[in-house]
Amino acid sequence: MSLLHVDKAARNFGGLKAVDQVSFEMESGTIMGLLGPNGSGKTTLLNLISGFLAPSSGRIVFNGQNLAGARVDKIARAGIARTFQLVRILPSLTLLENVMLPAVFGHRAHWGKEADRVAREALEKTGLGDRAGAHAGDLNYIDQKRLELARALAAEPELLLLDEWLAGLNPTELQEGIRLISSLSGSGITIIMVEHIMEAVRALCPRCAVMNAGKLIADGETSQVLSDPSVIAAYLGDAEDA
Amino acid sequence: MIRLAIALAALAALAVVPMFVSEYELGLMIGMASYVALASAWALFSGHTRYISLATVAFYGTGAYTVAVLNETLPYPVVILCAGLIGAAMALLVGLSTLRLSGIYFVIFTFGLAELVRQLITWYEVTVTGTLGRYIFLDLTARDIYWQMLALVAIAIGLTAWINRSRLGLALRAIGDDEVVAAHSGIHLARTKLFAFTISATLITLVGAVASPRWVYVEPLIVFNPTVSFLTVIMALLGGANRLWGPLVGAIPLFLLFEWLSVNFPDTYPIFLGLMFIAVVFVLPNGLLAGFDDLRARFGRTRP
Repeated sequence: MSLLHVDKAARNFGGLKAVDQVSFEMESGTIMGLLGPNGSGKTTLLNLISGFLAPSSGRIVFNGQNLAGARVDKIARAGIARTFQLVRILPSLTLLENVMLPAVFGHRAHWGKEADRVAREALEKTGLGDRAGAHAGDLNYIDQKRLELARALAAEPELLLLDEWLAGLNPTELQEGIRLISSLSGSGITIIMVEHIMEAVRALCPRCAVMNAGKLIADGETSQVLSDPSVIAAYLGDAEDA
Repeated sequence: MIRLAIALAALAALAVVPMFVSEYELGLMIGMASYVALASAWALFSGHTRYISLATVAFYGTGAYTVAVLNETLPYPVVILCAGLIGAAMALLVGLSTLRLSGIYFVIFTFGLAELVRQLITWYEVTVTGTLGRYIFLDLTARDIYWQMLALVAIAIGLTAWINRSRLGLALRAIGDDEVVAAHSGIHLARTKLFAFTISATLITLVGAVASPRWVYVEPLIVFNPTVSFLTVIMALLGGANRLWGPLVGAIPLFLLFEWLSVNFPDTYPIFLGLMFIAVVFVLPNGLLAGFDDLRARFGRTRP
């Protein structure tokens, strides 16, 4: 049985079909890139899976349970964690407290020493281990991104949704980021990553799905998907238009 | 451990104060304890979540009115219990309908609530019972009231200390920073806010109930005075609403200041209230205790 089965998921905003009858399945432990031009509905699709938005129709089955339209916190506790395209940290809390939240309230619901251990491990993994007591509001942008990933990891999720987490990194940081995600993927977490950086997609994702105008227009092995004429047309326009 | 011992010693010392002070001074102590309890109970919910509630007097007045209505028919402990239950029920009702609101909408709703409760009770008294105003005759001395109020102070601060160390405290702080992140971390927003709001409002109701015998004569205009809500907010903010001792640190000087002003400048004193409000928000947005910390950090840094 697949870990995640998105079945004809749709979301309308008035007359706009932001996500239009999207279906795909993911096996546990796999990683998939989610591509598409700006405004094609990638983030909306992630929002439907994480519960930030309820689908207008369709099912989102996770571990055999239909989570479509469930409350965000219930979906988080079911084992889905995410990062946000525009970084969201809790500025008045320390790094450790930021990361402790999902460890305490999330999937595994730890408290006391165990929560502390999980949170510190997540900070170590993202290179923030020595700043656990600092206030999150004092971090620079890149470290805020690390903190967001650490927070998602401390949830010990089965499914991790990364929304352009690699965007805005410099080349060195990008290599580090790719290594980090690759190690996560190796540890058995299932990952969907929305990403525009092709270098990262090629390095990390054996499988890619492409969205355009709310529809899933391609889904398969990465190099095949990227050479698919309809994908090229979605990004670059049709030959007739040129 | 040492902090707990100091707090308990201070509580014991405060408990014997009535043996050494005059009736007037004891009255002051009761007023002070009332506001420390109100500000601490208010901050229990609003301090971390940053939901600024102006409904304090809705609950406070309800507590006082419960005693006014029931004091002749039921024994005092049962009356207090009823006040607590009514406060909790009202908080649940209000919480369920308002905690989806955020920011300014919540503030306005809670302010409106206090007026609504006052008008409802006035309407009920005038049209159904045919009287406006009730008497409270209870066989309670000022000392009894003082001790009960002191107990409420201890409960409010004790509960806050416990919540700060618990999962609930962490959840409330996360909610104060970003509700979206809190929910994505697995926190049940509605349940968490409702729980804290109900504890806070129940304590506020009890403060009103315990304080009510001091008035002897009670009517809606007296017990639902919106100044109580504003004072509670600025006291908690002055000390630092997200600190355990912040509301106490803010409530004591402001209570004494307003007591002095209302005696010496009875007509112009609301002006000072307004000025204080503005000053607190501009000069000490995070409260006195945070101000002290900043100062200490600054001096610590300049030292060689």
